[in-house]
Amino acid sequence: MTPLTVNGTTHQLDVAPDTPLLWVLREHLGLTGTKFGCGMALCGACTVHVDGEAVRSCSAPLSSVAGRKIVTIEGLAALAGRDLHPVQQAWIEEDVVQCGYCHSGQIMSAAALLAKVPKPTDADIDAAMSGNICRCGTYQRIRAGIHRAAALAAK
Amino acid sequence: MITASLRSNPAAVRSAFQLAVVPPAIVAELSRRGFLKLAGATAGLVLAFHFTGRSARAASAAASATATAGFAPNAFLRIGTDGVVTITINHSEMGQGITTALPMLIAEELDADWSRLRTEFAPVAAEYNHAFFPIQMTGGSTSTWTEFERLRTAGATARALLLQAAAAEWKVSIDGCRTEPGVVIHRDGRRLDYGALAERAARLTPPEKVTLKEPSAFRLIGKPTRRLDSLEKVTGAAQFGLDVHPAGTLVAVVARAPVFGATLEGLDPAASGKGPGVKGVVQVPSGAAVIADDFWTAKKARDALAPTLRWKMPEGAPVDTTAQAARFRELAREPGVPAENTGDAAAALRGAAKVVEADYAVPYLAHAPMEPLNATVTFDGTRAEVWTGTQFQTMDRAAVANVLGIAPEQVELRTTLLGGGFGRRATPSSDWVVEAAHVAKAARAAGLRAPVKTMWTREDDLAGGYYRPMFHHRLAGGLDAQGRVVAWQQTIVGQSFLAGTPFAEMIKDGVDETSVEGAAHSVYAVPARRVELHTPTLPVPTLWWRSVGHTHTALAVECFMDELAHAAGRSPLDLRRELLPADSRERRVLDLAVEKSGYERVNLPAGHAHGLAVHASFGSFVAQVAEVSLQDGWPRVHRVTAAVDCGTAVNPLTITAQVEGSVVFALSALLYGEITLVEGRVQQQNFHNYEVVRMHEAPVVDVHIIARGDQMGGIGETGVPPTFAAVLNALFAVTGKRIRSLPLTRAKFA
Repeated sequence: MTPLTVNGTTHQLDVAPDTPLLWVLREHLGLTGTKFGCGMALCGACTVHVDGEAVRSCSAPLSSVAGRKIVTIEGLAALAGRDLHPVQQAWIEEDVVQCGYCHSGQIMSAAALLAKVPKPTDADIDAAMSGNICRCGTYQRIRAGIHRAAALAAK
Repeated sequence: MITASLRSNPAAVRSAFQLAVVPPAIVAELSRRGFLKLAGATAGLVLAFHFTGRSARAASAAASATATAGFAPNAFLRIGTDGVVTITINHSEMGQGITTALPMLIAEELDADWSRLRTEFAPVAAEYNHAFFPIQMTGGSTSTWTEFERLRTAGATARALLLQAAAAEWKVSIDGCRTEPGVVIHRDGRRLDYGALAERAARLTPPEKVTLKEPSAFRLIGKPTRRLDSLEKVTGAAQFGLDVHPAGTLVAVVARAPVFGATLEGLDPAASGKGPGVKGVVQVPSGAAVIADDFWTAKKARDALAPTLRWKMPEGAPVDTTAQAARFRELAREPGVPAENTGDAAAALRGAAKVVEADYAVPYLAHAPMEPLNATVTFDGTRAEVWTGTQFQTMDRAAVANVLGIAPEQVELRTTLLGGGFGRRATPSSDWVVEAAHVAKAARAAGLRAPVKTMWTREDDLAGGYYRPMFHHRLAGGLDAQGRVVAWQQTIVGQSFLAGTPFAEMIKDGVDETSVEGAAHSVYAVPARRVELHTPTLPVPTLWWRSVGHTHTALAVECFMDELAHAAGRSPLDLRRELLPADSRERRVLDLAVEKSGYERVNLPAGHAHGLAVHASFGSFVAQVAEVSLQDGWPRVHRVTAAVDCGTAVNPLTITAQVEGSVVFALSALLYGEITLVEGRVQQQNFHNYEVVRMHEAPVVDVHIIARGDQMGGIGETGVPPTFAAVLNALFAVTGKRIRSLPLTRAKFA
C-alpha cells in the first residue's frame, strides 16, 4: 500500500508503484481535472504540485511521490483559502480559456510560478510557462492572466 | 468548403448530400422521422424549425434528463418554475465559444436574465440538426451564422408566450406588457417573473410568426460577453470525453497498423500479453485492442503486444513523402482538370512583358488537439450508449448502430466538451467512434460486461492519419509593362478527402472544391486566370484541417502576389489594392490592417520587417500584417495585426479570441508542422518531433473588428489562412530570400 496525500486527504493506494501519478489521480482517485496530453512530459497538461513544486504527473511514478503532498487543480482554490485561486479568478476575468483542456496544467504551472515569483516579468513567464502547450493558442491571454493574478494576489 | 457552396447554391448542396450520398442507415432514419422530402430538390429542404407544440415539448422533455415542471416551447430552451432558463446547445464546443454565443441569441430575444441561465449539450435528434444540413454537426465555421435566425426565433417565440401568459394572468391587453430580463412588467407596475409564468405559458399555443428585434435594440448581441464555461474549465470540473468514466469502465488501447492499409493477419491468443488487470485482447478491423482495468495496464500490455503482431501489407509501394512531394511537383507541370478558366491565361502569359514562376509545397499536417481521441461505449446487445467529444453526431450514431447491428434509435450518443477539434473530430467515416464500437462489440462477445473506453495516446493520434493533405502549387504570373498583373496560371496537386465519403457528391466535374477554394475564382480581378487541379489517389487518409483548402491556397496566392509585386518593383499593398474591388470587404480589412500596423509607414527596428496578406474564407474576411525578424537564425514573429470582418459580431470577445488563436495555430504549422512517411511509416511520435508554438515564441496578436452588418460569416477558421503568407512575406523582406516550402525548419536562414 502506498500512502499519498492529495488535496489534503491521505489515501492508502493499492496500485502498481510504476503507475504514473496522472493515472492514479484520474482513474484510481477519480480526479479527472488533471489531463493527459502526451504522456512524455512534453505538453504540461498533467501538471500538479508535489510538495509545492510543479511536476508532470504523467512521468512521475507513484513510487516517486509516495508519502508526499499532492495538490491538483481540484484543490487549488482550497490551497489559496478562497473560493477561487487568484489565477483561476484572473483566468475568468481575462476570458483566457477556449477548449480549456490544457488549462488545468496551465493554471497549476502559473500558480507554482506565482508562489515563487509574486511579480513575474514576461521573461519569467516565458521560462515558467513554455512547457505548457495550448493548441487553441491562448498564450497571450495566459500571460495577461498571470499578470492579473499577480495583481489580485497582491490585494 | 461547405460554406462556399452553401452560399452560392444552397439547395444543390443540400439535395446532393441528401439524395445521393447519405448512407442508407441515415436515410432510413431521417425518412422515418418524416423530416425530409427525399424526392425533389426544392427550397423546402431547408429544415425550418417548426414549433409544433406538443411534439416539440415531448421531444425536449424526453431529451432532458431532469425534466422539471415549467415551460418548454421548443427543443432549444425550457424555463423552470424557478425562473432558470436552460438552453440546449445543438453544436459542439471545441473552444470556439458557441456555448456562449448561441445562448446569447436565445437570451437576446427571450429577454432572459443572463445570470440565471444554464446550458446543456443536446442529445442526437432531428430537432438538433444543423439549420442548413440534414445532420447534427459542427463545422465549416457555420454554427453562429446559421443559427442566428433560428435561435433568435426560438427565444422570441418563448417571450411572446410569456407575454401572452402574463396578459391572461392579469386580464389585461398584451399591449400594456413588456419584458425586462427575466420578468414581464405591466405599465401599471405589476411584475411577474418568468418562473411564475412558466406553467401558464406552457399551456398556450405558440404563434406562427414572431417579430425579431432590430439590431439597434440589442442588449446582449454585439456586447463583449465572457464565456459561460470558464468556471468549470478553470476548476477541473469540465467534463471532456476522456473524463467520462461510468462505474466499472474498462479501458482499451489499440495496436494499429504500422502503415495505412495494412491488415492484421490474426491474433495469437498465446502471445496476447495477458497479465494482472488485462481483461482481454480482441481483434477489430483497425487492429488488436487490449482491454484492461485501467489505462496504464492497457497501454503497457498494448505496447508489449504490438511488436508481436503480424500485418498483411497493402498493395503498392510504401508511401515516402519526399518522393511523393517530388512527384507532385512533376504532376503540377502537366495539364489538370480546369477549376477556373477566365479569359485566356496562356495567351496572356505569352504576351506578358514579364513572367514570374514559382512552386509552393506544403506537407501533411496533423490536427493534434490537446485531448487525444477517445470514446466510451456501453453495449448490452440491444441498446448502446456512447460518450465522446464529436463534431459529427448524426453520422457517428448511425455508424455505431451499423457496427453493432442495431437501429440508430437504439444508440444514445452524448456529446461532451471537446479538448480541441480543428476538424479532426468530424470524420465522415466516424473513425475513432466506429473503432470504439467494434471494441465494445468484441469485448461483449468475449464475455466482458462493462462500459469500454477506447483511448488513443498522442503517438496513436499523430500516426492515425486523417491529415491535412500534402499540396503542391505551381504558379505562373504575367505582368505588363506598367507592372499590372495580366495573367495568372495556377496548377494545384493534392488528395481529395471527400472522395470515397458520403460527401463525394460535392466533387463536381472532377474538381474537389475544397482543394481549390481561395484560388479558383479568387477575388483578385486578374483579367485572365486559369486554375487546374490534379487529385492523386494515395493511401494516406486525409481530412479537413482548420480552414481546409484555404490553408494552402491563401499561402500560395498571397505569397505569389508578393512575388509579382516584387518583380514589378511595386508595393505589395498597391498591387493588391489595384486588383481588389474598391468597395470590397477585402479592401476594407486590408486598409484597416495597414492602418493599425503602420505597414509601409512606420519605421520598424533594425532587422524587423512587415509582411501582408488578405484572404476571405467561410464568409468572413481577414487581413494580417506580421512583424518578423530573425533571432539567432530563426524566425521570430513579434506581432500580428489582424483586421476581421465577419458581418455581425455576436460576441466580440469570441471573435478576438478566435483570431488570436488561429494565428498561433497557423504559426505552429508554418514553423514546425509536418507529418512525413518513410517506408509507409509515420515519422512523428509526440510533441518532441511534431513541434508546436509555445509561450515564448507566441506573437502578440492585435485584432480589429469591422462589424457593419454585412452578410454574416464564420470565425472559427477564418483567421488561419492569411497568417502563412503574412509571415512568409515578412521573412522575404527581412532576408531577401523567398521561402516556398514548409515547414520553416526545413529552410536555411543565413
